[in-house]
Amino acid sequence: MYGGGYIFDEPNRKQQREEQLHDDPVKLAAFEARIARGEKIEPGDWMPAEYRRQLIRLIEQHAHSEIIGALPEGTWITRAPGFKRKLALIAKVQDEVGHGQLLYNAAETLGKSREAMINDLLSGKSKYSNVFNYPAKTWADVTVIGFLIDAAAIVNQVANSKGSYGPYCRALERICYEESFHLKQGHDAFIELATGTPAQKEMLQDALNRWWQPIMHFFGPPDKTSSHSEKLMQWKVKMASNDDMRNQFLDAYVPKIWELGLTLPDPLLRKNPDTGKWEYSDPDWDLFFEVIKGNGPCNKERLDVRKWAEEHGRWIRKALMRPEEMERSALPVA
Amino acid sequence: MNDSLDPRVNRLRLDKNDGSFKVEEGENWNVFEVFHQEKRGAHHEHVGCVHAPDANLALIFAKEQFGRRKKCVNLWVVRSADILAFDLEDEDMFANNPDKTYRDASGFKVMEKINKFKAHTK
Repeated sequence: MYGGGYIFDEPNRKQQREEQLHDDPVKLAAFEARIARGEKIEPGDWMPAEYRRQLIRLIEQHAHSEIIGALPEGTWITRAPGFKRKLALIAKVQDEVGHGQLLYNAAETLGKSREAMINDLLSGKSKYSNVFNYPAKTWADVTVIGFLIDAAAIVNQVANSKGSYGPYCRALERICYEESFHLKQGHDAFIELATGTPAQKEMLQDALNRWWQPIMHFFGPPDKTSSHSEKLMQWKVKMASNDDMRNQFLDAYVPKIWELGLTLPDPLLRKNPDTGKWEYSDPDWDLFFEVIKGNGPCNKERLDVRKWAEEHGRWIRKALMRPEEMERSALPVA
Repeated sequence: MNDSLDPRVNRLRLDKNDGSFKVEEGENWNVFEVFHQEKRGAHHEHVGCVHAPDANLALIFAKEQFGRRKKCVNLWVVRSADILAFDLEDEDMFANNPDKTYRDASGFKVMEKINKFKAHTK
């Protein structure tokens, strides 16, 4: 699903920026020329310290988002309406967990171990997409997630798959292929409620109203407030600005919502016929940062469930451990 | 403390977590590279990696991760540590490969010579 459009950075990273100043200028120029030519960077290549740090942050948070994102949907497997929906939801949740594995591998090629990433997730040090800190109260929430959150993530992931780091691009190609099924099954379930009984339609409208703000938050704060993304764009770590991705999403999906007779809880939402851009009310960005800090409705539950799973899975990881196999540990090579 | 919508989550009694749990380095085992064969007779192609305690389990995880969609007839796994590769910085040693036309069929202009001979003997 779920490359959050917004990747959280800890404030006060001055130290790393100083490190960046110490990169060999000749190597840096060759590196930037290679990216400008459209070549991919591979794990064994020289790269600036800041490029490595930003990529680890990006890919790691993307991986966490896949794993945590499976939780609100996984909850609904036992209550999915009907056998076909249940099968599709199981398949989707399995895909998301698989995407987490692919992404952890891509991040590991940069030198951070999977164990360190999991610990940083559990301690709250590294983040995941904010959107999963909201509850999925009804089946309609699951259809809104499956259709619109996945759609938003696809906009982000398709952009990122054209980035400069080889292992991340390859993981995303595979992920985007599987996402096409997620989007279609989400759209199908969404339409079924939208065209169903008055009660179904009302349930969907209610879910849409509650999810609209988190969806508008999804791609992150407006361009005018976000800092230091120029270098990341030049290095092809960030492939599109927050506002551009948000606009692309609105352009593709708002008409698909309106055509079903549903409404969106923003009276200012419209496409400006002169500029071709979408206009909307600013979502509450203070709330967004509060939720990132850990104060959203489900932050604690999500992390507690992950901790429980790690803690209660340890015995089987240990039981399967073959110490004689562990002599040479390694990172993925590609 | 935890008031989840999911009764199964509430039954986990998550509030008993003391928050000190940490995964140990190495707890997620070793890394294996995975190679996927789409049909009999085709090459195995590298598709990614899995973490596993040994090669047998790596194959099972590889089937879940890389063999659950599209055609697949076979998978290989090999420990990442056992892959030997050239340094990427040495890629210039392959640089003049395209210049070695004497290694290519296109490097030999047979018809030109035949036509010249025929024109000459007429």
